[in-house]
Amino acid sequence: MLYREAGQFKASYEADQQIFPILQDRIGVMLLIGFFALAVPLFADQYWLKAILIPVLIFSLAAIGLNILTGYAGQLSLGSAAFMAVGAFGAYNFMLRIDGMPFLVAILLGGLCAALVGVMFGLPSLRIKGFYLAVATLAAQFFIVWALVKIEWFSNYSSSGVITAQQIEILGFAFEGPQSKYLLTLFVVVMMALAAKNMVRSTTGRSWMAVRDMDVAAEVIGIRLMRTKLTAFAVSSFYCGVAGALYAYTYIGTVEPEGFNLDLSFKILFMIIIGGVGSIMGSFLGAAFIVLLPIALDVFVPMLLGDLVSSSFVSNLQLIVFGGLIVFFLIVEPHGLARLWQIGKEKLRLWPFPH
Amino acid sequence: MNLKKTVILGAAVAGLLGSSMAIAAEQFIGLPSYRVGPYAAGGSGIYGGWIDYMQMINERDGGINGVKLAWEECETEYNNARGVECYERLKEKGETGNSVFQPLSTGITYSVLDKVAKDKIPLVTMGYGRTDAADGRVFPYVFPLITTYWSQATTMVKYIAGKEGGTDKLKGKKIALLYHDSAYGKESHAVLEKMAERYGYELTKLAVAHPGNEQQSQWLQIRQLRPDWVILWGWGVMNPTALKSAAKTGFSREKMVGVWWSGAEEDTVPAGSAAKGFTAAGYNVAGADYPVIKDIEKFVYAKGHGNMEDKSRIGSVYYNRGVVHGLITVEAIRKAQEKYGKGKALTGEQVRWGFENLDMDDKRLGELGATGFLPPLKTSCMDHEGSGKVKYQQWDGNKWNVVTDWIDADKEMVRGMIEESAAAYAKEKGITPRDCSKEM
Repeated sequence: MLYREAGQFKASYEADQQIFPILQDRIGVMLLIGFFALAVPLFADQYWLKAILIPVLIFSLAAIGLNILTGYAGQLSLGSAAFMAVGAFGAYNFMLRIDGMPFLVAILLGGLCAALVGVMFGLPSLRIKGFYLAVATLAAQFFIVWALVKIEWFSNYSSSGVITAQQIEILGFAFEGPQSKYLLTLFVVVMMALAAKNMVRSTTGRSWMAVRDMDVAAEVIGIRLMRTKLTAFAVSSFYCGVAGALYAYTYIGTVEPEGFNLDLSFKILFMIIIGGVGSIMGSFLGAAFIVLLPIALDVFVPMLLGDLVSSSFVSNLQLIVFGGLIVFFLIVEPHGLARLWQIGKEKLRLWPFPH
Repeated sequence: MNLKKTVILGAAVAGLLGSSMAIAAEQFIGLPSYRVGPYAAGGSGIYGGWIDYMQMINERDGGINGVKLAWEECETEYNNARGVECYERLKEKGETGNSVFQPLSTGITYSVLDKVAKDKIPLVTMGYGRTDAADGRVFPYVFPLITTYWSQATTMVKYIAGKEGGTDKLKGKKIALLYHDSAYGKESHAVLEKMAERYGYELTKLAVAHPGNEQQSQWLQIRQLRPDWVILWGWGVMNPTALKSAAKTGFSREKMVGVWWSGAEEDTVPAGSAAKGFTAAGYNVAGADYPVIKDIEKFVYAKGHGNMEDKSRIGSVYYNRGVVHGLITVEAIRKAQEKYGKGKALTGEQVRWGFENLDMDDKRLGELGATGFLPPLKTSCMDHEGSGKVKYQQWDGNKWNVVTDWIDADKEMVRGMIEESAAAYAKEKGITPRDCSKEM
């Protein structure tokens, strides 16, 4: 009933080609964006903005990046965090070395650097597949972090190898408070998420999916494998790079190369597995799940158990519960949280009169 | 908003309970601890010792001038993003907000470095973190207390010179630096190179990739090089591996000097007999025979309140390091109370003043029951390090024994580098350094 699209006729090509063809989706997405852009900055306190919402948005963007590569183009990658690092250090160097560099251009350039590096490390994907490719991208992970530590120019010869993000200023407005930083992050993430949503149903996206499903068949019907795989690597790394730049500029402030380690890459991979492989919305759900659950456990487990057990036990228990919940979700819904939403949508279509 | 509500609610509840129950002031300390993951041994020891000390102050003295200490742990897993979340979560807890943040992780330190000045919460990093923050003019809210990596590197050369019979004997000697290939490990380079120029020893730098459980090629190089000394700048599993590889290579452990993150029981016990003779720096010493530790046993553990599950760790290097954290934090709060009012809960801004005006001389350390436990400490607006002294301890197979007195850092050299680096930071960030003559 709620989700019935009967009666929504498309009379023009524009109407047929909209990003969200169903009216309910359009309204829902607009309400959601409106809520996060207007209501949240007014009512959420600093803690929520700085420590919860900004990281969830940034990791969602990184997860979209990996989802494009792994979920849509079928190329397994373990180098997402390294591409984030390239984006962060790239944006930093553009801001540092070019006077009057606009911030938004700097993060896009940072993303482009990541795209370039991504293409380079994507080259082996033309020959190797599956888990073997994951090992090749693992090389990217270690090489990039090593290079950022080793080559001191990247961190402007800082003795400890860290970079400190410059003040963000756009058209004379300084982004200082959590509200403004949150809105800036939200703006970039929403724009790029919509672009990704649009991209995956275009020729590019469809050829990615064709390659994912069977690359020989895709080649036979005339999709150029090299170009498709490399664009997937480029776009994916671009998204990760922009996410990395935002991570440095709107979230952490001062970053070290070691912060972008293999653990972070795995985390992003878990986000898309939990959220839903091959789904843009799944990237958001997965990022929220992986970021929020440990924090929620850290708040509620000590509250429930109180002083009954030692704090070491509580800390270890959180990890056990976290791991257990991931296994539980994967057994109950192997296609991720996005699939749950899809099932819900189908149910809503018939509700309240299922036959 | 939330804080205000809580305070109003608290006041209302207290009013209901009757005026006979006066609300005792409480000083809140947020503890961004880590008790899981690869560095859990350090985290549980240090935060355990720290909590035990605060518990002891509450039990023995009834708090600081009647202000009880309150604390809450937040698990960071040694992860930067989690550390930032903990920082934000703990920031506004308690009556006056969090009074100090000490994450025991260089990564988290960097992640909150810009935030603390805005939120006016002192960030204390003992023996890690950003070295040039010792220049208090540029970093008013950051305190790399007691000593820094650069100071430590100079004491290592001094220690080696002492063993060789004077700095003039260093000429032509070969020193190999076996370091953790990370920002942490690279902190050693600039100072050791500068000292190599001055004293004429030959420095060879050997990087070990994280986590450091694979060191065969590095030790092969050491075997070919035949250095007179090996400096071990390690962390975690890299330390016992280095000691075991040294034993296999036949390099004398007496000629190996470690940093303070290589010199705990957790580093030597796994190496077994291979660790015997190894020497490491420490800004605190091991041992339970100090009055302050005895008091913790008497007032905390005897009543069954202790934080450590494994009581044999009391008196270990990490545990004692936690007690040092507690000692200095409590002393800073006490100092700040002298200025801002005894018996009151203080804000982070006020506690910051306490950290900047610490004066823990030998007499004061004696009163605290910690003579020789940590070096005397005196901070100022210019100098947020305050001491720079370390002792060297040698592992005899069962325990760490102190083998030197406090060794002073080469202040003149390190200070110049700190000011240079801090000035570069100030320029990059557009910070105008404070004028210390105007600070009270």
